[in-house]
Parts: sequence; structure tokens; C-alpha cells
Amino acid sequence: MTSWIIAPAILPAMTAALLISAWRRDIQMQRLVSVVATLALLGIAIFLYHLASDGEARVYRLGAWPAPYGIVLVLDRLSATMLLLTSALALAVLAYAVAGWDKRGRHFHALFQFQLLGLNGAFLTGDIFNLFVFFEVMLIASYGLMLHGGGARRLRAGFQYVAINIVASALFLIAIGLIYGVTGTLNMADLAVKVPQVEVGDQALLKTGALLLLLVFAIKAAFVPLHWWLPATYAAASAPVAALFAIMTKVGAYAIIRVFGTIFGADAGALANVAVPWILPAALLTLFVGALGLLASRTLLDLASFSIIASMGTLLIAVGLFDVDALTTALYYLVHSTLVSAALFLIVDLVSERRGQTLDALVPANPISQSPMLGALFLLTAIAVIGLPPLSGFIGKLMVLNATYESPLAWLIWALVLGASLMMTIAFARAGSIIFWAADGRTTGPTWANARVEPMVVVALLVGASAMLAVFAGPVVEALHATAEQALDPAGYIDAVLGGGQATTQAPGG
Amino acid sequence: MELLVASAIGMMTAVGVYLVLHQRTFPVIVGLTLLSYAVNVFLFSSGRLLVNRPPIITGADAYTDPLPQALVLTAIVISFGMTALIVVLALRGFLETETDTADILTEDLAPEAEADK
Repeated sequence: MTSWIIAPAILPAMTAALLISAWRRDIQMQRLVSVVATLALLGIAIFLYHLASDGEARVYRLGAWPAPYGIVLVLDRLSATMLLLTSALALAVLAYAVAGWDKRGRHFHALFQFQLLGLNGAFLTGDIFNLFVFFEVMLIASYGLMLHGGGARRLRAGFQYVAINIVASALFLIAIGLIYGVTGTLNMADLAVKVPQVEVGDQALLKTGALLLLLVFAIKAAFVPLHWWLPATYAAASAPVAALFAIMTKVGAYAIIRVFGTIFGADAGALANVAVPWILPAALLTLFVGALGLLASRTLLDLASFSIIASMGTLLIAVGLFDVDALTTALYYLVHSTLVSAALFLIVDLVSERRGQTLDALVPANPISQSPMLGALFLLTAIAVIGLPPLSGFIGKLMVLNATYESPLAWLIWALVLGASLMMTIAFARAGSIIFWAADGRTTGPTWANARVEPMVVVALLVGASAMLAVFAGPVVEALHATAEQALDPAGYIDAVLGGGQATTQAPGG
Repeated sequence: MELLVASAIGMMTAVGVYLVLHQRTFPVIVGLTLLSYAVNVFLFSSGRLLVNRPPIITGADAYTDPLPQALVLTAIVISFGMTALIVVLALRGFLETETDTADILTEDLAPEAEADK
């Protein structure tokens, strides 16, 4: 049974290799294989989610090497939830991309599968260096995807995106070096055992390593002031790619939950909760800057990018409290914001491709075809993103407010969350009115007879998923509550990986 | 030896950071390369600096930790690939736009600069 744990990493890797070697010119065959593989991935993710839902952490040891010497993949509720979310999002994005975007550059499907390999690997791995490797796999694929379609603007934004990520990788390696130098291990479970036992003299070094890790994850998760790469990158990327990237910032949030929940959590002795003083202020600032950016947006793509930053702020407020209720909220908001951010990027693409030369600029232009349908979808997506009832964003925000009620900073959090919602409402109302109402002249865009329906169906499904999250909020929250409990209680994780009383590694140097 | 290695890492990092802060793509790339060199040496030294010891447990003798060596090997491969990619990106950007600035130009941010689509 545990062998299935590695399937979400192997399947995309094999598919990508196959796509490059066998059907490099045959786009129809690429589409077929890619969709079938992603469907299979979704099936595997559902199976693994079911497997993990008994609350036990399962371990796959690569090459059957015993931990902590070998690399392990760990499946618990948290990683299973992320896998399920990734594969569901991937299927939706892929369905959107096969309607035409994938033809605008080469190797879209192979890069897409490599990206899934990196994402799934990062969610499964139980080793910090392996996490670095999967981050790199994910990033290399994302560079290719980001440039998909070409053009000078993409190249320039791409250069910045690659440069900031190379710097982040360097910081990641320094953090790994520091942590390994002090503890002599990189296995997360082994680290969770070792960190509380670190001698007083080495604690400062280890703390530096831990906070450097936080910095790296903060770059991925677009914490203000490390967010500036995000709007340029997402606005320059093609629509399906930007939609898939909606999960990339969440990888940063996941890594923070995993590393600072399991290794540097409440049981970490002198280093317990090292990240806590930093996350909440950064999250509040992120929300504020995200909402300001929304107000200042001059294009729809900027609007979508800054809404990602604002949603990361809301999400990280909940993460920053590091208790079970807050983490439940964070996970709910994570699932919700991944789906609706993807929907937002896709609807923006549908609108801008109908506006001719004006594209996504927020200036009055000709009315667009299918505007009742697209307008309704835009309105629903905006409602979900802003957090108005009745969609899942409202429940998410309500849970954030509820979870932070006891916090000493509650007044600030409440003021910012509610104020940001108002700012987002204004920004989206203005954008919607300009695009759909302040339009005059000849209608542009394809007529119903020759417009493709599949992309709209994909957006509708994503918005529908948000509605489902709201309708079935009870069971979803219950499952996520169990997930949060497991994520914040490293004992089961350590037991599963190290097998109870097994010996741990020696300090380096012998 | 510790002093030599430590100051070499420090020098390379300082120069790397200085170069990364430049506005043109070429110094940025050289800076990133220097940063990755510094990181590789640093990672290597995280297994402690020992001379003439085998990277394998052979009995009573002291050994040097083999794991950082494996980590460095992986890190070198990755940073090499990344550097190659960013060089290609910078070159393509230069050839297509005839400027090698690493900034995002204001005309890129303006709504009307979407002619490349």
C-alpha cells in the first residue's frame, strides 16, 4: 500500500518524459496523454487522501533505506490534502489550456507535468534537502511555463523571476548547511527530535538557519516586502500558467506549516515557535499592501495578481497563530483561495481576449460578446475572492475573524481584514463596471456560434467548487480540523518515520 | 584553514550581493554565479573541515562526512542549470528588446504595452 505514495511523483515524471520523446510534434496526442495522466493523478490523489484520512502517517522509504539515512516520502492528512488540491486544480487548468493556449509555444504539456512532479514531490517529501530539490524541479518547470508564448515582456519579467528564485535557492542552501552543521541530519522527523537537544552555544546558529528557511518560504509565499516579483510574473505569464501558479504561493505556506509546525513547533525546546513573532506582522502588512495594490490596479491582471497577495496575507494571518483552530482556518482559506484565484486568472483571460487592442486595461472600450455570461462569472469570482456571502470566501474570512478573536492583536487583525475587504470590493466593483458597463460601440469578440464553451465551463466549475466549499463547509472543516491537529502534533509523524525507538544519526565529523 | 575558507566565502558572498544589485543583466548573472560558488563552499564546510580523511567509515580512524559532498554535488548541478537558463533568458531578452536592463520598464507596466501578444 505504501508504494502508492510515490506514484504522484513518478506518474508526471514518466508522462513528461514520454511526451518529450514520443510525441514532440503531435499536439493532439500530447493533449490526450496529458489529460489522461492528470485524470489518473487525480484518481491516485483521491485514493491517497482516503488512505491518509484514518489519521495515520504513512512512510515510503526510497530504496528501502531506513530513516534517517535514506530519503523518505511521508503521507499524512496535510500532504494528502495538498495533493488532492493540486491535482484537481491541474485538471481544471489543463482543460482550459487544451482549448488553445497550449499551442502558443512548444512543450507546454511536458513542462506542465514536470511542474506537477515538483509540486507533488514538495508536498510529500520528509527531508529538507529533498524539499529543496523538488522546489528546484518545480521552479525550473515554472520558468519554462512562464515563458510559454514568448514575447519581450515575458522575457524581462522572466529574468527577474529567475533571478529572485536563484537568490532564494542560495539562501535555502545556506539554511540547510547551517541546520546540517548543527544537528547532523536533514530528515524532518529526525530534526524534530534533535532540535530540542541542541546545545546552548549552537542555538544561535540553528535559529539563523530556521529564520533563513522562513525567509526562503516567505519569498515563495510572496510576503511583503518580498512580493514584488509576483505581480510582474503572474501578469506576464499566460492565463493557464498564472492559474496553475495559484498553487505555487501555497507551496510556501505549506512549507511554513510543515517546517515550523513539525520541526520548530511548540516542542522544539529553546527554539520553540521561532517563526511566530515574524509571520503575523508580515501577514498583516501583506494583506494591507495587497489591498492597496488592488485599489491601484490599472489592468485586470494586476487586479488578479494583487488579489493573490491579499489572499496570502489573510491565509498567513491564520497560519501565524499556530494553533489548531487557526490552522484549520488557514487550510480552508488555502483551498478556497487556490481555486478562486485560478478562476480569476482564467476569467480575466476570457475577458481580455475579447477586447481586442485594449486587452485587460481598465479603460472603457467596446462591449464584449457573451458579456452576460462572462459578467456573471466575473461577478461570482469577485464575490468569492473578496469574501462576500454566499461563497466560500465569506466563510473563510469569518473563520479567520473567529480564530483571531482571542489574540491580543485582534483589533488590528479585524480592522485590517474588514478594511481590506472593503478596499477589494471597491476595486472589483470599479473594474467590473468599467469592463462590462462603461462599454460603447460595436461588440467585439467571437459570437456564440464560434466561441469555445469549454473555457467558460472550466471557470464555472471552479466557481462551483467555491460554492460547494461553502455548502459543505461543515464536513470540510471537520476534515481540515483533523488535518491541523495532526500537523501540529509531530509525535505521530516522528514515530512513523523513525519507527519508534530507532537510532538517530551521529553528529558530523565523527 | 578555517580563516581562509571563511573569508573566501564571505568575500564571494559580498561581491555576489554587490553585483546582483546592479541594473544590467550581465553583472547580475555574474553575481548570482558568485553567490552559488559561495553557497557551495559553505555547504561543503558544514560537514567540518577535515584534511586527508576518507569519506567513509573505515573503522577506528576519523572520517570526513560524505553527506555534504553529496549535497554540494546536487547543488552544483542545479545552480549550473539555473545559470545556463538565466544566461539564455538574458541573451534572448537583449536580442528581442535591444536593451540589457534587468528592470521592468515602465512601458511594460502601462496597459497599452501589450503589443507583443
